[in-house]
Amino acid sequence: MSQQHAVNGVLPKGKVLTLETMNPNVKKVEYAVRGPIVQRAVQLEKELREGAKKPFTEVIRANIGDAHAMGQKPITFLRQVLALCAYPDLLEDNKFPEDAKQRARRILAACGGQSIGAYSASPGIECIRQDVSRYIEKRDGGIPSNPDNIYLSTGASDAIVTILKLLICGEGRGRTGVMISIPQYPLYSAALADLGAVQINYYLDEDKCWSLDVNELKRAINEARQHCNPRVLCIINPGNPTGQVQSRECIEQVIRFAKEENLFLMADEVYQDNVYADGCKFHSFKKVLFEMGPEYSSTVELASFHSTSKCYMGECGFRGGYMEVINMDPDVKTQLTKLVSVRLCPPVPGQALLDLVVNPPQPDEPSYNTFIKERTAVLAALAEKARMTEEMFNTIPGFTCNPVQGAMYTFPRISLPAKAIDKAKVKGKVPDMYYCMRLLEEEGICLVPGSGFGQRDGTYHFRMTILPPAEKLKIVLDKIKNFHIRFTEEFS
Amino acid sequence: GELQAESLAPCPGEAQRSSTCVFVQGVKKPYTELIDVTWGDPQGAGLKPLTFARQVLAACLYPKLLNNERLPADVRQRAEGLLHECHGGSVGSYTDLPGIPQVARQISEFISRRDGGVPSDPDHILISPGSQWALQNILSVLVRGDGGGGGGGGGGVRSGVLTPQPSYSLSVMSVVGLGGVPVPYQLWEEQGWEVQVEELNRALEAAEGECDPVALYVINPGNPSGHVQRRKSIQDVIKFASEKRLFLLADEVYQDCIYKENIEFLSYKRVLAEMGPPFCDTVELASFHSASKGLLGEYVCGFRGGYVELVNMDPAVMKHVFTIFSKDNAPTPGQIALSVMRGLQSLQEDKGQTVFLLLKVHEVLNSLPGVSSHPVEGGAFAFPRIDLPPKAIQKAKDLGMEPDIFYCLRLLEDAGLFFTPGCEYGQKDGTYHVRYDTMDDLLTRLAAHHTQFMNDFS
Repeated sequence: MSQQHAVNGVLPKGKVLTLETMNPNVKKVEYAVRGPIVQRAVQLEKELREGAKKPFTEVIRANIGDAHAMGQKPITFLRQVLALCAYPDLLEDNKFPEDAKQRARRILAACGGQSIGAYSASPGIECIRQDVSRYIEKRDGGIPSNPDNIYLSTGASDAIVTILKLLICGEGRGRTGVMISIPQYPLYSAALADLGAVQINYYLDEDKCWSLDVNELKRAINEARQHCNPRVLCIINPGNPTGQVQSRECIEQVIRFAKEENLFLMADEVYQDNVYADGCKFHSFKKVLFEMGPEYSSTVELASFHSTSKCYMGECGFRGGYMEVINMDPDVKTQLTKLVSVRLCPPVPGQALLDLVVNPPQPDEPSYNTFIKERTAVLAALAEKARMTEEMFNTIPGFTCNPVQGAMYTFPRISLPAKAIDKAKVKGKVPDMYYCMRLLEEEGICLVPGSGFGQRDGTYHFRMTILPPAEKLKIVLDKIKNFHIRFTEEFS
Repeated sequence: GELQAESLAPCPGEAQRSSTCVFVQGVKKPYTELIDVTWGDPQGAGLKPLTFARQVLAACLYPKLLNNERLPADVRQRAEGLLHECHGGSVGSYTDLPGIPQVARQISEFISRRDGGVPSDPDHILISPGSQWALQNILSVLVRGDGGGGGGGGGGVRSGVLTPQPSYSLSVMSVVGLGGVPVPYQLWEEQGWEVQVEELNRALEAAEGECDPVALYVINPGNPSGHVQRRKSIQDVIKFASEKRLFLLADEVYQDCIYKENIEFLSYKRVLAEMGPPFCDTVELASFHSASKGLLGEYVCGFRGGYVELVNMDPAVMKHVFTIFSKDNAPTPGQIALSVMRGLQSLQEDKGQTVFLLLKVHEVLNSLPGVSSHPVEGGAFAFPRIDLPPKAIQKAKDLGMEPDIFYCLRLLEDAGLFFTPGCEYGQKDGTYHVRYDTMDDLLTRLAAHHTQFMNDFS
């Protein structure tokens, strides 16, 4: 209890806010992508700057999907428009192309006081929401999208957590259960822990290129019904960390499953432009839903998420994103609108950026050629790096690496010698964390252990981004190979 | 959780939407545009942004401008320095916790300068997308929503947070949203909206059995009250928090908006430090600030930059707080805004203009029949009390709405002015208030409408 009074003017010892008194859910929150290994990496960078001698001259941060940090250049057009919005005097500068100026003027006109520094409406600037819905219609072959169903957000993560807040309720056996893939992007597990939801794991099939099997969904939900109330199914497509791109067939099966089991579908589609493998294609959940006919399209509740952080833009720092909600109960939607107002509004520069992503230069516009060139180059480079990585990792004894069909990561399975596993236990570390820490200390490469994403018991993985420039990536892959051979030797 | 707070206008900019409706319907109104003064957004109300800040931001966004000689050298230098600290030299990258290192350092230097030299540790500063976001994160660590945590075990007592009445409604909503219980303590209108310890005691006692109070939330300068706490008042609150073992949450976003002569803003941190032991080493405090408010002529609310400074927090808890914040990167443009704002000096002329405006506001308000307003000492709003005529109150009841909502609706319809009714912030039963931003053009409309309204219902 926090109510203790001073006795004879002497204050009782001990803090008010301790591990015991704080919200117990917070203790369960972990976010591996920025967890202890990253903190160590930051520490090593500091030491390097201060002149310490290490077996490496820089730390390569292959832990987080941050393209620009790894040297990817921003798309010129996007930054031109944003600069014009930030400092409208530049509209007089003839070094800026006319199509950039036109978009800047349009965005500024939609902002309060004609400035991107003003607050916007909580669900986002109206005309941008309209542009987003037009983009979705075009992407989905004409299936209508209503701007009132679009909520702009502070990155996709913000929107995902907002929807989860609405969905999670109940007590004991009635507590909301949320289905999420294993492996998964740890924002989900962190949010579920924070909100006190029950996490229901469904395993992706590593032997079948991380594909999703409906029978596994059924197994997971039947088991879960014994101790919670499953209400939500989350799916990341293209996948993170696995990179698998769901087939149309699979998406239909998932939708059917969601309808049968009365589940709210959350489709995280932030990597929708990052598709590399031959024969793979991005199918939006919404499109497939509507093409399945009114029996599904008028009943299944769906929220789709997108962002400006990935794809060819890589603008993580702007925190731009949106969600589209389909078939949401109107009363709940009112509550959703109220909920998003508590943080006032999403960052307006991010909203402006999103507007450009959904409204890129058209073939008849001056910036088109450069824009297409830059975009194609980014995506082609990623595709090549995806291929290179898979190829290289599969030459390492003890590595099994599925094709990187999409997204920005590779998630190879690594076999660890029994002695290494024992050593890890002695050191109080999970085996793949021990492995990754050793790699960091010896080669200066920062990865995230598979335990941070979830994996089948007895298997070990790590997630590495494919973002470093090709030349550097080759070196990284070589270093990992050499490290693994050494490591296996050491514990043989 | 259930969000019970109803809001007349949940979205800033709703006025724009209303105005669209008005024009589409082709109804003639005695005004041609709506003035939305509900959200404390001076940029939205037409003030000109500071060129320097905007130039720096533009150069950071489009680094090709670093070679553009039309931009002054200091702008380019500043932008270069900021970009140097961004991963990959791009504002499109994520930033580490607590934010761009330079920005966290600048903030800590600013805090230390502000507090007469009291040291500030950049490692205890966390940058967030706006101060409300930071407040929610801290509340989520403090508040046990279902008394037991995780899966709703039930049987436990929910956490309580003492909140002022009147108060910034979104903060109270945040407490409710997390499953906590707001425990309102009245601010004394008769004493210019002061915080009184007897009232804090009363509120705490009333909460007994209802919830487990864990924190005390104060807003200084007050929103909507505009009151600026004096040192003694702050000390009393700190002593109360210490004695009753409450975590102190100090919302100080309006600290740059002080108008009254001979008052200076004293931060909770500074007063705490200057109280010496045992308080300075033991009282746990989180202070919140934002880039969104301030007298510098440059308002960047839309960029979403804010921060919290943690004082005397248990290091084990701090680790978990960092994990919570690590999931939410503060937008880089917002961090740049914070950096530039902190580096700029107050523009004396701007302050002078605002002080003049406020005196005018005070004069006009108190000249209106049935309106009484305390002088606005700080903040961005006025919160006058309106003694509504009985006929108006009756009419409101007939329409099934709160009397101050009725007043505000009429004001919106007839004069195109968008104020927020006092019931949204909490007020003493039987009293009515309105909150609005202290801008000048609206005073004429307000005066005219108000006189008419009072006549209609006399």
